Amino acid sequence: MNAYARRIREIARRLLSEKAVDAVVGYRAGTVPMRARPFVARTPAEAGELTWSGFCVGNLAKLAAGLSGRVAVCAQGCISRNLVGIIRENRLARESLTVIAVPCLGMLDARKIGARVNGRPVTGVREEGEDVTVTGADFEEVFRRGDVKRDTCLTCLHRNPVLADETVADPVPETGGGDSDKIIELWERKKPEARFELFTRTFRDCIRCYACRNVCPLCHCTSCFVDRSRPQWLGKTQDEPDVLTYHLLRAFHCAGRCTDCGACESACPVGIPMRRLTSKLESDARRLFGHEAFLSLDAKPALAVYSPDDPDEVFS
Amino acid sequence: MASLKTFRPNIVAFFCRWCSYGAADLAGSLRLRYPVDIRIIRVPCSGSISPQYLLYALMQGADGVWVSGCHPGDCHYRIGNMHARRRLTLFHNLLDYVGIERARLLFTWIAASEARKLQAEAESFVSAVSALGPARRLVKTLETCAI
Repeated sequence: MNAYARRIREIARRLLSEKAVDAVVGYRAGTVPMRARPFVARTPAEAGELTWSGFCVGNLAKLAAGLSGRVAVCAQGCISRNLVGIIRENRLARESLTVIAVPCLGMLDARKIGARVNGRPVTGVREEGEDVTVTGADFEEVFRRGDVKRDTCLTCLHRNPVLADETVADPVPETGGGDSDKIIELWERKKPEARFELFTRTFRDCIRCYACRNVCPLCHCTSCFVDRSRPQWLGKTQDEPDVLTYHLLRAFHCAGRCTDCGACESACPVGIPMRRLTSKLESDARRLFGHEAFLSLDAKPALAVYSPDDPDEVFS
Repeated sequence: MASLKTFRPNIVAFFCRWCSYGAADLAGSLRLRYPVDIRIIRVPCSGSISPQYLLYALMQGADGVWVSGCHPGDCHYRIGNMHARRRLTLFHNLLDYVGIERARLLFTWIAASEARKLQAEAESFVSAVSALGPARRLVKTLETCAI
């Protein structure tokens, strides 16, 4: 068991036995390798099931927002910012929330690992700092974390949690080292026809399962635009215009609020890189409004505020 | 078939009832001529326009979408257009980024007295959209919807 997991269990056990919280939201091991399941521990005994690994790729902020009572949440940089968002949007009170801060070296991408070992079945993954050891029935290979990290973690800008009531480890370097504006350069360099072609191709495999929406801590409307039938904003088919419109609107609803946690990409069963869209919106929010989502409790989302000096570039 | 005759675009315009809609009204009173290809939808404020209206229009086959409101600082509701400016700027850039032709979108500030500006914008927008031809991207047609 790694040091992070040991420390998380320790904290959870203490909080639960002191009755400081009613529940601790974290992860427990998945039923297959390279998976971790969100888990709510409600007794000191259950705290022993909590774990931590590079596969804790969901977004616990959403799960925490749905619980009543006092909750403690294990949160990396991105998740802690989502918790700030959830507090700002009055879905959870700061007083009822305890943040177990988990400084993060970046989460792992099971697909990338699978490709690195040529699809051979993986039985276990061991992480030691920047080394990731992947074992199978007849092999053991060591990879650099940077090579098997999720895309979003490569360009992470805030790896240390912005809220911390309990701390799991010492702070880590603040950025993932990558340049998050590079993600959008891929399309921006191209002509409009080529961009539309890329856009279509990127989202062609979407099966409209809405996993990206369901996992996203920003999505909390009681009635989502995709489910509305009067008016029906878009069709329910997998036809190109319906799929593309869905993704455009889903991304836009996150504009100025997305913390780039990458849960959407991790949850996607067909591996669509939908951060291509959200990254553009966040990059524009940074460039035009000097805004980054939910870095502190008094920060408002970019689209909830305005300035008389906002750029007028698209208006005539 | 539109292509057999001269192409006349379908343009959906969302006008704020306090300024731009007034300008269109004034243009009528002044007998100013502008292209008839624009269908105006009156909305309470440019700040009330959700990007989903614009996408819906495009999806239903609009060849161009025009949004117009009061000049910043002149909003009847004080700050509606300030919020609209941020929101629509991001949305415009997003559509441009995914390859929707920039010329199919027009965002303007037109005051109730600026009937001539409205006429000029209408003329140039209609000619720009006409030059692009019928919209294909994001439009629900037999061609884009398989089977």
